[in-house]
Amino acid sequence: MKPVQRVYLREVASGLVLTARHFFVNMGRHLAHALGRTEARGAVTIQYPEERRPYAPRLRSLHRLVRREDGSPRCVACMMCETVCPAHCIYIVAGEHPNPDIEKVCTEFTIDLGKCVFCGYCVEACPEDAIRMDTGILEFSSYSRGGMIYTKETLLSLEPAGPDGKPRSPVPIPADRTP
Amino acid sequence: MTDVGVAVGRVLFVMLFVLNLGGLLTWVERKQSAIMQDRIGANRASIFGLRLWGLFHPLADAIKMLTKEEFYPARADRVLFGLAPFVSVFCALVAFASIPFGDTLSVAGREVPLQALTFNVGLLYVFAMLSLGVYGVMMAGWSSANNYALLGGQRAAALMITAEVAIGASIVGVVMVYGSLNMMDIVRAQGAVLGGWLPMWGILTQPLAFVLFLTAGIAATKRIPFDMPEGESEIIGYFVEYSGMKFGLFVMADLLETVVIAGMTVSLFLGGWQVPYLVRDGFAFPWGAAFALPRVLVTLLQVLAFMAKVVAMIWFLMLIRWTLPRFRYDQAMRLGWLGLFPLSIANIVLTGGALLLWGPR
Repeated sequence: MKPVQRVYLREVASGLVLTARHFFVNMGRHLAHALGRTEARGAVTIQYPEERRPYAPRLRSLHRLVRREDGSPRCVACMMCETVCPAHCIYIVAGEHPNPDIEKVCTEFTIDLGKCVFCGYCVEACPEDAIRMDTGILEFSSYSRGGMIYTKETLLSLEPAGPDGKPRSPVPIPADRTP
Repeated sequence: MTDVGVAVGRVLFVMLFVLNLGGLLTWVERKQSAIMQDRIGANRASIFGLRLWGLFHPLADAIKMLTKEEFYPARADRVLFGLAPFVSVFCALVAFASIPFGDTLSVAGREVPLQALTFNVGLLYVFAMLSLGVYGVMMAGWSSANNYALLGGQRAAALMITAEVAIGASIVGVVMVYGSLNMMDIVRAQGAVLGGWLPMWGILTQPLAFVLFLTAGIAATKRIPFDMPEGESEIIGYFVEYSGMKFGLFVMADLLETVVIAGMTVSLFLGGWQVPYLVRDGFAFPWGAAFALPRVLVTLLQVLAFMAKVVAMIWFLMLIRWTLPRFRYDQAMRLGWLGLFPLSIANIVLTGGALLLWGPR
């Protein structure tokens, strides 16, 4: 260490200038923001619950079941997704469909999100395009394991996310979670 | 009766100023560091949806700390353990007492000096109180029955001696220039103008002492870059066993010491309550222009100037705290004993020589 470096003053001063510049520049931007110039931002923070960054369209979010034009689920209970699922979190019970052209239909379609690893294999495996992961919903926490189990009715009620990646249907809040 | 009222008023003003500023500093610290680091900082505490840029966070912190469990370690010395935080805060609080916040004010035909206590040795009193504060820290370290706390207390004692020696030696130059240990006299002497236009502030007459005093002063507050007593990243420090408001009092004491150091720096080096060219009955500019003002307004301006200077100085101390990395224990000791102390002795010699050459006969 050179004796010049032992005298910290120069480095201290340059550091103080740097942080002080950040302070004043950011303060000016905050002030401009407060005075109505909303594009001026003094911080890189995104204030999460009120403000969200746009999600990528390929994001794998909460699953939903797609409906046919008549409103019934597209799922034909082929068990492909249940078979391919590495986490074994999908449970399907097959039943008869009144239309004889359609061989089977799911009477129960349950996903245990407490087990799901969000790999998206179920979406890839589905031959009927009946399950998708495009709701844009990411906040589905629960205080119990039971609250993480999503049934057919819940999954059918969800809408795909908007073009900006924002979820269009409300978060299905389990009964044990106070919002 | 008036005497008691005036005395209570003086003490109350200083007390409320220091206490409120110290409480606000938790907010200032969080917000300023956030803005320096391109963040927003704590802004969620609200009362009826009113957030006020997170100004309620100190309040929320106080409520949290007051309602937390007061934990006493099994083998702790209960008396000293309970007493330590109060000693720390008390010494930090009373240290501000002899720092003047304005010139004299006539109240009911009396000239009242605007400082909580009028002392002929006010300067020494502040340093005495600042040094006594370390007893609280040492008591905390010793009574906790915790090796880390003991290490922290020991480091605090070593650091305080290092800092106090440097502070004491660096202000000797100031005392020599202004010829008094009375804080009011020192500030008053800084109102003189040098060569007809330059205000004779301490930073101009004693630039080296200013740097030395500021460095040692930061060390006396036990905050980063001189936070060896706390040493968050290594030993957690003297308050490792404290919880609840007792822990809060130690944090408070550090912030109050910051206020005191800022007040000292302003009084000794930045002209105290002096506004450049403002004399007793108005502005008198060096180019001959004069601007008369009533006495009360002049005093008000001076008090406001003092407050603004203290706040600006606190801002600067916070800037240093959030910019510099911390010193290692041995580095701080080396800086204190081989850097600050000899330099302040040299400053005394230089000041003596300069006074001999150009000083008043």
